[in-house]
Amino acid sequence: MNASSTSTAPAPAPLSDQIMIQMEHVHKWYGAFHVLKDINLTVLKGERIVICGPSGSGKSTAIRCINRLEEYQRGRIVVDGLVLTNDVKLIEQIRREVGMVFQHFNLFPHLTVLENCVLAPIWVRKLPRKEAEEFAMQYLERVKIPEQARKYPGQLSGGQQQRVAIARSLCMNPKIMLFDEPTSALDPEMIKEVLDTMVTLAEEGMTMICVTHEMGFAKTVAHRVIFMDGGEIIEENTPEAFFTNPQSDRTQLFLSQILHN
Amino acid sequence: MAKLHTPHPDLPPPANATGVPGWVRRNLLSSPLNITLTVLALYLLYVTLPPLLNWALFNATWTGETREACQTNGGACWVFIQVHFDQFMYGFYPEAQRWRVNSAALLLILGAAPLFAGRVPSKLKVRLGLGLLVIYPVIAFVLFKGGLFGLPAVDTRRWGGLLLTLVIAGAGMTAALPLGVLLALGRRSQMPAIQSLCVIFIELWRGVPLITVLFMSSVMLPLFLPEGMNFDKLLRALIGVALFQAAYMAEVVRGGLQAIPKGQFEAAAALGLGYWKIMALIVLPQALKLVIPGVVNTFIALFKDTSLVLIIGLFDLMNIVHNATTNPEWLGFSTEGYVFAAAVYWLFCFSMSRYSQNLEKRLHTGHKR
Repeated sequence: MNASSTSTAPAPAPLSDQIMIQMEHVHKWYGAFHVLKDINLTVLKGERIVICGPSGSGKSTAIRCINRLEEYQRGRIVVDGLVLTNDVKLIEQIRREVGMVFQHFNLFPHLTVLENCVLAPIWVRKLPRKEAEEFAMQYLERVKIPEQARKYPGQLSGGQQQRVAIARSLCMNPKIMLFDEPTSALDPEMIKEVLDTMVTLAEEGMTMICVTHEMGFAKTVAHRVIFMDGGEIIEENTPEAFFTNPQSDRTQLFLSQILHN
Repeated sequence: MAKLHTPHPDLPPPANATGVPGWVRRNLLSSPLNITLTVLALYLLYVTLPPLLNWALFNATWTGETREACQTNGGACWVFIQVHFDQFMYGFYPEAQRWRVNSAALLLILGAAPLFAGRVPSKLKVRLGLGLLVIYPVIAFVLFKGGLFGLPAVDTRRWGGLLLTLVIAGAGMTAALPLGVLLALGRRSQMPAIQSLCVIFIELWRGVPLITVLFMSSVMLPLFLPEGMNFDKLLRALIGVALFQAAYMAEVVRGGLQAIPKGQFEAAAALGLGYWKIMALIVLPQALKLVIPGVVNTFIALFKDTSLVLIIGLFDLMNIVHNATTNPEWLGFSTEGYVFAAAVYWLFCFSMSRYSQNLEKRLHTGHKR
């Protein structure tokens, strides 16, 4: 399936044909349990993908294979032209270009917000501290919490923590952002502020893969929606077609369950 | 049916819940059982405290040169301590050379003081701390041992008293913590060879009493070494103590490592940090903070366990006090001697405990209430 141009507002930037991520026939087992079954996915530069599906369907596992937080036993993944192998240096090189935001934020609680943001630029990108801090402040302003820079994560609300986590990833200037259920652990009042941040990021043309149940976000931002169940990609479509005319019974059932209220 | 909400004002707490009367009421007089226990405790204090104070303070003899000064009224004879004080501090270290020990102690105090002050920038603290851990032991060793820079050599057999206790404890602690951290990381390593090596090391050393380790180091090791090759006895004991305590420390640190959520590793890895940077910057700072109580517990046990070196004939504080009480000229003052030794051990251990509590408070970064 090709990337589409039928998505609703905000108008997606024209896509280049540069491939950022390519997953080919990826299989993964946890012991005897087959969690990923023949996953094939191509993501172009600037493309925004939303992956949804019931819990245990392998969606998180799939995106965690892209930056090698999970190993896979069969298949091939190419990220920004680099073929993922077991080589530790190569994996670290890929991780530098792939930002990740987690369901439970995973901020470093012993460091201040600013220190969380400058840690990787200083120790991985070897930026001078002063430069890294200026850079980090810019991103903290973009996620609208520069005034919290000197506080510790434990002193912030969940929504603020998740925005810091996004800023922390952006400080590495990644080419791709992976979001693993970024709003699932948040109170309803805080979901919007995080989604707004993600929409802004999308408008700037970031390549994004987002595992989420926020169907509103999928409708407005995604170029493509992927539905997974039982470790397989069941359906892959434009948001419009996905929501109005789902092809498989499994997708229809899933949509009716999450959209019923 | 909507009822209009008016905000409730903050009221002061009930009067008898705060202050000294509140505390007494809550902790001492809250129930008939507690009242009985309070009265009983007061009675026990009344019975035991006055005789103790009379012995230790009011009837005690504080000045004099010989045991004859102390024959009077059943109080403690602190003259015993006063006469032997230098021996208790330095052992058999030559009197003319004791300035070397004093200057090493002074250097340690001057070097460590800024670490405890609040206003010193943390960068300087890190450098000072590293200096104390790496450079200071070398300086202290050269000062104590001599034989360099025109300092007359002092054989380690002459080191003793509190000096020896502090040397063993200090060397044990500075070696055991880093070694323990490495062992703990090794035990959690994905590499089977490293993992089993660390497991074997830890279980072997932890399963043996320290006394056995010291005996082996002083009696058996020389039997296995080739003829003419001879390690210093103190050095052998130091290595034994350090490796023994490292095994304990490893398990304390591992407890902390296990408490760090997997998400912390993942978040750090996802940013492109390598194994050692993840450990040094993210995992260990949090894990070590969590296990401060356990680490200090091990340190305190280590400090007191140094007294076991008496069985291999080293004269640490405990042994030298014991030695003095068996001096025919001063027979009959063992109580004073052991009370003094206990007081010195307590002073050091209590300071460590207080410092660790202070450290925990300062490193707390959660919700500040």
